[in-house]
Amino acid sequence: MRLTWWKILSIILLLYAVVGGLLLPVPELSQLGETIRNLYYHVCMWFSMMILFTISIIHSIKYLNTKNYIHDIKAKSYAGTGVFLGLLGYSTGAIWASYTWADPNNPAYASFGSIMREPKLIGAALALLVYGAYFILRNSIIDIDQRARVSAVYNIFAYAMLFPTIWIIPRLLPSLHPGKEGNPALNFNDIDARMRIVFYPAVIGWTLLGVWITHLKIRLQVLNEKKFSNEQ
Amino acid sequence: MLLETRQQHTLYGILLYIASTIFVVYLTIDLPDADTWNAIFWITQLFICINAVAKSFLQESRGRMLYYFTITSPVAFILSKLLYNLLLMVVMSSVNLIVYSAMMGNPTISFFSFCLIGILGGCGLGLIFTMLAAIASKAMQQASLMAILGFPLILPQLMMLVRLSKTAFGEIFNNGIPFQMTLLLVSFDILMIILAVILFPFLWKD
Repeated sequence: MRLTWWKILSIILLLYAVVGGLLLPVPELSQLGETIRNLYYHVCMWFSMMILFTISIIHSIKYLNTKNYIHDIKAKSYAGTGVFLGLLGYSTGAIWASYTWADPNNPAYASFGSIMREPKLIGAALALLVYGAYFILRNSIIDIDQRARVSAVYNIFAYAMLFPTIWIIPRLLPSLHPGKEGNPALNFNDIDARMRIVFYPAVIGWTLLGVWITHLKIRLQVLNEKKFSNEQ
Repeated sequence: MLLETRQQHTLYGILLYIASTIFVVYLTIDLPDADTWNAIFWITQLFICINAVAKSFLQESRGRMLYYFTITSPVAFILSKLLYNLLLMVVMSSVNLIVYSAMMGNPTISFFSFCLIGILGGCGLGLIFTMLAAIASKAMQQASLMAILGFPLILPQLMMLVRLSKTAFGEIFNNGIPFQMTLLLVSFDILMIILAVILFPFLWKD
């Protein structure tokens, strides 16, 4: 196996994020307690999801410009990994919320209804639904060229419609979720300095891991296509 | 070009659709409170939009598309479609508003601003679904696909509209927020038109 520099970097950063994330000191807040360490994983998932979706869009645009089929495979694979990270982001968020938001006096399902109304959660659910629709659209078109073209158009259109609303709407509606004012986590005053030294490397590490997974998927698919065309 | 896209029988079909939808709602709940009234209004609006706008691409036959292909450019075609659907939705929204408030009572405090918001919302929905219908018309199972593609995209806008239309019920906002939201919705509409013009030529070649 060949390891290029960014794959090694990803491994080192993730090791650092896991070990450092669990051991390094964190600020003590009465509400969050030690659950604040989840920031290194939960928020990073969403960050890398958005970055991967953005890469997917770039490949869609490239496809429309060049009509090179490889870009279509790339766009699809990045979107797929993005959805996977989004699901992970959801599950880490759910674990976090069950310790901080859920009302211990009520059963879990009773809190669920009110938690789901969070604008950020709605936005995240929408993002996953949109990309689910993207894959269904892909599957419902048989012709390869047309599939690539139509799904690239939908990818760009959906991204352009969706992401501004995800960034804007939470600021218009009341929310429990942190990061309402300004850009969550990008603002330097938001996070304690002790957390920042783990948080930023963690974001980069998870994103690189996502890119790595996607690279493997792309190579697998390219090999499959080659095998398929050789057989014919 | 615009005149060609007009098809009389679908227009009456949609009018009847509005009337019967509202009648169903009317029979199932009598005189709802303001929040429910608002919610149901937007749901009927959404379904009318899907039915009205979906027709614009899904009913075109292959031959007719080929004919359009030979006589116009894609940009002119999508612009005329957008314009036509925009007008259609303005008409449909006003019809919906009138019938709806006639049958279900009228809890709004400022009916005029609610009308404006309703029509603005109708335009936005019409524009989004025009583009989505163009995309969905390329695939199989078009009608259901359109709902799948459209709902997640339309939800944020719908949320903003429902929120905004609460101004008409006398809910008090911070100064400037209703104006900001209106501006946001208008800019979304403009963004959609620009995107449609850029992206449609890629869908056009068959």
